[in-house]
Amino acid sequence: MSPVLEALLLQAGYNAALVAIGAALLGFAAGAAGSFLFLRKRALVSDALAHATLPGIALAFMIMVALGGEGRALAGLMAGAAVSAALGLLAVEWLASRTRLPEDAAIGAVLSSLFGLGVVLLTVIQTMERGRQAGLESFLLGSTAGMLRVDAVVIGLGGAAAVLAVWLLRRPMTLVAFDPGFAAASGLSVRRTDLAMMAIVLLVTVTGLKLVGLILIVALLIIPAVTARFWTERAGGVMWIAAGIGGVSGYVGAAISASAPALPTGPIIVLVATGLFAASLLLAPARGVAAAVVRQRRFQRRVHLRQGLLALGKGEPIHDALSLRLLRAEGLIRADRVATQAGREAAEEVARDERRWAVARQVHQDGGLTGRYDGLTPITEVFAPDQVAAFDREMS
Amino acid sequence: MSVADITPALSVQGLTVSYGQKPAVFDVSAAFRPRAMTAIIGPNGAGKSTMLKAALGVVPRLSGEVRVFGQPLSEARARIAYVPQRASVDWDFPTNVRDVVLMGLYRKVGLLGRITGAHRRLADECLARVGIEGFAGRQIGQLSGGQQQRVFLARALAQEADLYLLDEPFAGVDAATERAIIEVLKGLKAEGKAVVAVHHDLSTVGAYFDDVLLLNVRRIAAGPVEAAFTAESLQATYGGRLAGAHIDQLGLRSA
Repeated sequence: MSPVLEALLLQAGYNAALVAIGAALLGFAAGAAGSFLFLRKRALVSDALAHATLPGIALAFMIMVALGGEGRALAGLMAGAAVSAALGLLAVEWLASRTRLPEDAAIGAVLSSLFGLGVVLLTVIQTMERGRQAGLESFLLGSTAGMLRVDAVVIGLGGAAAVLAVWLLRRPMTLVAFDPGFAAASGLSVRRTDLAMMAIVLLVTVTGLKLVGLILIVALLIIPAVTARFWTERAGGVMWIAAGIGGVSGYVGAAISASAPALPTGPIIVLVATGLFAASLLLAPARGVAAAVVRQRRFQRRVHLRQGLLALGKGEPIHDALSLRLLRAEGLIRADRVATQAGREAAEEVARDERRWAVARQVHQDGGLTGRYDGLTPITEVFAPDQVAAFDREMS
Repeated sequence: MSVADITPALSVQGLTVSYGQKPAVFDVSAAFRPRAMTAIIGPNGAGKSTMLKAALGVVPRLSGEVRVFGQPLSEARARIAYVPQRASVDWDFPTNVRDVVLMGLYRKVGLLGRITGAHRRLADECLARVGIEGFAGRQIGQLSGGQQQRVFLARALAQEADLYLLDEPFAGVDAATERAIIEVLKGLKAEGKAVVAVHHDLSTVGAYFDDVLLLNVRRIAAGPVEAAFTAESLQATYGGRLAGAHIDQLGLRSA
């Protein structure tokens, strides 16, 4: 059996199995939580939040050592990370709402300041007697070496709590992401919903620190959501598909990294997610690049068919080879280029559609319409029946 | 029965809203009747939308009191439906027409309640009332401007409220949509509901509305259209921005 397959079947040893299960749970939770960040257009806030954990980790270590402890207790380090990330988040919020600074600038300022502070503190810790063995740098990019059963349990519990919270709050979070004004008018607190969303993201971030590391956790929050968006037109779909993509990325990534020595887990997980993203970008049915190429070809054929039918309706000769071929293939003209019965009916239909569109273009001057007007879609598919009736009245 | 005898559907007292230190709405008091349609009109930047949002608690008030059917806002939320400006949301959001209408039911359904077939039927009925029942499964990004506005109105109908607040419901919509919307609003009025709309088309004020509130940061005039919608009050509201010729076209009685 190949090493990757062995790891995928959890046969690559106890530690590798723990890591794979933990990474799958973390990926699932991160995908679900991240989907609402993405829908709310606040993906970058999670980057600030993740970087802001570093000074908290370092300070928690120092405090635990000062109190006579070992300093490496994961629970203590996670608590420190949570506190400083929350402070970083509040700083971003305060800067964005109380000063004239736009949110992206506030994110950049807070992210780099707190990360810089964290790196300085790490350097200080390196000079401490106990600091050298602490291995705090592993929180930057994650580490799976020596992952314990208890670590997997912590990730499982944290991930489960995050998924449950996302599921409970999916309606208010969807509403606030789509239409905050309406949400507020319904009596929903937009601020509290946003804070709850960030608290869930914070929980996922702190849970994932050990495994994926603070620099790459953002990828696990965001990439699954943007990948999911290629496959669905529903907010609930984005959430579940993102969770699935995150879970698969975590599991497969952990398995691949377990298959060879010295393959870093966090980065491999992110690369697997990126692979799924790239595949979706190319192949997704409606929003993918390949679909767009196919659509463009189909569009070209529709244009030619329509032009041919319009010419047929006006009794003008058709010279375009593609138009002729299409009309012939559809059985609308005979070999001698004379319209068949079906061809005459189709030409009449298209001519009527064209006249209605001419009216529609005069009546609708707003942008919402021009985007939909391709001159080819039958007008009855674009407008409601009463709107079409209005065009007909206008024509007569 | 005089106006003072009925509890207003919505009343604001001394309302001031400020962005930074420049009041957008200053010391406005007004009452809106039930079983009537009221237009809020005024030039761009006059605080029309802001006043509506402040009355709903969407933007914070600096001072002033809001009462809905005589109750404080927090106790009367369930009786209010709101139709925001169409341009205020991202229409590429992953959702379809019926899901948007169902958002009007979230308050009733709660966090944990299941969306049932009855809820979906109600949503489809609301879509039928605005004339786009065939569009329920469509992604919202595929709608024209007028259809987007109808979806928002259908969502408000799903809230089954007594007071409907609409922000520019006729902005950028086609004539058929405008007719469909006004029919729905007149139906609401006939059911005894109160309708308050921010409105920008002076030529239709008389045909569509019973009452009018003229606003330019401060309250300029208010009351029944025939009494308050005069050339003088329009001049006072719009100042030089409204040419005399335009006012003449409205064929208003001079007070």
